Amino acid sequence: MTPIHRLPAGTKLLILAVAGTGLVAVDRWWGMAVALAVTLGLYVLARQPRDRVMAQVRPLLWLLVPLFLVQGYMEAWSLAALTVLRITTLVLLAGLVTLTTRSEAMIEAVEKGLRPLARFGVDPAKVALAFSLALRFIPVIARQSAEIRDAQRARGLGRNPLALALPLIFRTLRTAGEVADAIEARSCVGPDTPDDGPASAP
Amino acid sequence: MQRVRLTTKDIVYIALFAALMAALALFPPITLPMLGGVPITAQSMGPMLAGAILGARRGAFSMLLFLALVAIGLPILSGGRGGLGVFMGPTAGFLFGYAAAAFAVGYLHERFWRGLNVVQSLLFTVAGGIVALYAIGIPWAALNTGMSLTQMAAGSAVFIPGDLVKAGLTAIIAVTVKRAYPLIHTAN
Amino acid sequence: MTVPETANGETMTTIEVRSVSQRFEDFEALRGIDLVLAERRIGIVGGNGSGKSTFARLLNGLLVPTEGRVFVDGLDTANSGKAVRRKVGFVFQNPDNQIVFPIVEEDVAFGLKGLKLPRAERDARVTEVLGRYGLEKLRGRSVHTLSGGEKQLLALAGALITGPDCVVFDEPTTLLDLRNSRMVDEVIAGLEQTAVVVTHDLDLLRRFDRVLVFDGGRVVADDEPNAALTRYVESMG
Repeated sequence: MTPIHRLPAGTKLLILAVAGTGLVAVDRWWGMAVALAVTLGLYVLARQPRDRVMAQVRPLLWLLVPLFLVQGYMEAWSLAALTVLRITTLVLLAGLVTLTTRSEAMIEAVEKGLRPLARFGVDPAKVALAFSLALRFIPVIARQSAEIRDAQRARGLGRNPLALALPLIFRTLRTAGEVADAIEARSCVGPDTPDDGPASAP
Repeated sequence: MQRVRLTTKDIVYIALFAALMAALALFPPITLPMLGGVPITAQSMGPMLAGAILGARRGAFSMLLFLALVAIGLPILSGGRGGLGVFMGPTAGFLFGYAAAAFAVGYLHERFWRGLNVVQSLLFTVAGGIVALYAIGIPWAALNTGMSLTQMAAGSAVFIPGDLVKAGLTAIIAVTVKRAYPLIHTAN
Repeated sequence: MTVPETANGETMTTIEVRSVSQRFEDFEALRGIDLVLAERRIGIVGGNGSGKSTFARLLNGLLVPTEGRVFVDGLDTANSGKAVRRKVGFVFQNPDNQIVFPIVEEDVAFGLKGLKLPRAERDARVTEVLGRYGLEKLRGRSVHTLSGGEKQLLALAGALITGPDCVVFDEPTTLLDLRNSRMVDEVIAGLEQTAVVVTHDLDLLRRFDRVLVFDGGRVVADDEPNAALTRYVESMG
């Protein structure tokens, strides 16, 4: 794909961190406007369609517009412009990293980043398992929540937060128990690795 | 608090609660007229629930895992948002605060687990889910926008009534779930 | 003790259940179970709450008896749980809740984690076990797009990858539709390994060597299928 896509995840995250810190130092609104233009240029380089840009800015408008008006009226319009432009630039820059990096590459980068923490008791295998389990069960729990919503709607309880939350939480906790059993059932050792004894207590 | 490492079962609870957070993004926000039209999202109750049901450590980790999944790019934040961009705006402090809120709520629930009732749960949830959360959210927002803390605090006040409703719901849920799934054992 | 062999010389797993009772906080799920499982196809049947699922979980060390002991080929499940689980695989009732990784071949390989095999051998085993039940064509797929039957076969493949001699199934087809149910039953019937199956499927049970009927935590019938199932139907009133 584009050269931006090909950059390794770790490098992109580092550049983002550096750029993010650097942008705080920019204190003129037209300097920030240049930064925003550069960011948009990167979007073009990464061959991102225009609506991807809008999709990230739109959810912020409810905040940015009042912010601009309040800050401009109470302090200075140049400051208001600087603030709004900086937020937009940061959000778009970070968004570009996400758009040009595969999920697996990101997960790898996260795990690599956590490796130095191993001395503090962070087990990389457990972290990897946690990520995989979450990814595995998001669609499962999403489907369960849709089923519960339909069932409660049929009872006229479709808008009752407790009627939706309680069954879903109970179901999730029960699922967790079964999944833990299944993982335990598949944890075994070879002939020369030491045994841990009975399955861990509930 | 226990100093024991996390078991496989803990990891499963953490991961599934993070998945549950993601699923909560699919519930449309509720708008209660008495709250002045400010919408309450189901997902924003997540940190409070995580702490009250899973406890401090597992609750906090489940929130961290959820945030990591958002950072990776999954569109699982309310409104289908995701990616690193969401951590750059003024409201990102409230996201970072999720883990701290879950920890605070969880810690209080663990401390007073024996004979926990709805009123206590409500107090703990407010302390952790609102106070601790805003303690991180407001300073971040102030820094991000260059406005003062007092201005930010004033602006955020409109969300408090909705947060109190969330805390109330969490308290009821926590006490109900405790009867069937007392996952938090009395502190060692 | 010599390990029993079948007619064509395959070794079989022997599971000894000695004076076992299982008590949970507020009730006794099993009492006074004493038997030896050494047949190729063993069925377990009983009403809800009869203790059959608890019993199944004793066979691979997932549960350790509160009284008595369980021995799998001489290994005590109370202190050799992980070694036991290498010999005895387990397939659960809910197809979704036993698959841990989002992509098909990732999940199948999970059981090999504790064995620390070289990569080439791991990949070879994955390919081999996927091929056994026609799952090779599902490689690269997201697990949540599979049918219930495919998920159960995937779970079975994941259990078989460590090379167990015996597989325990806890109601593997209860949550499946008829077509998937029949498919999984056929796979179980033709399984190379010993199979201990908790099921409500009477047709499948009739093809087995031995059927245990559970009721109120005890074994109330232990016989060849027809006799045992007659007792079961009677006991249901």
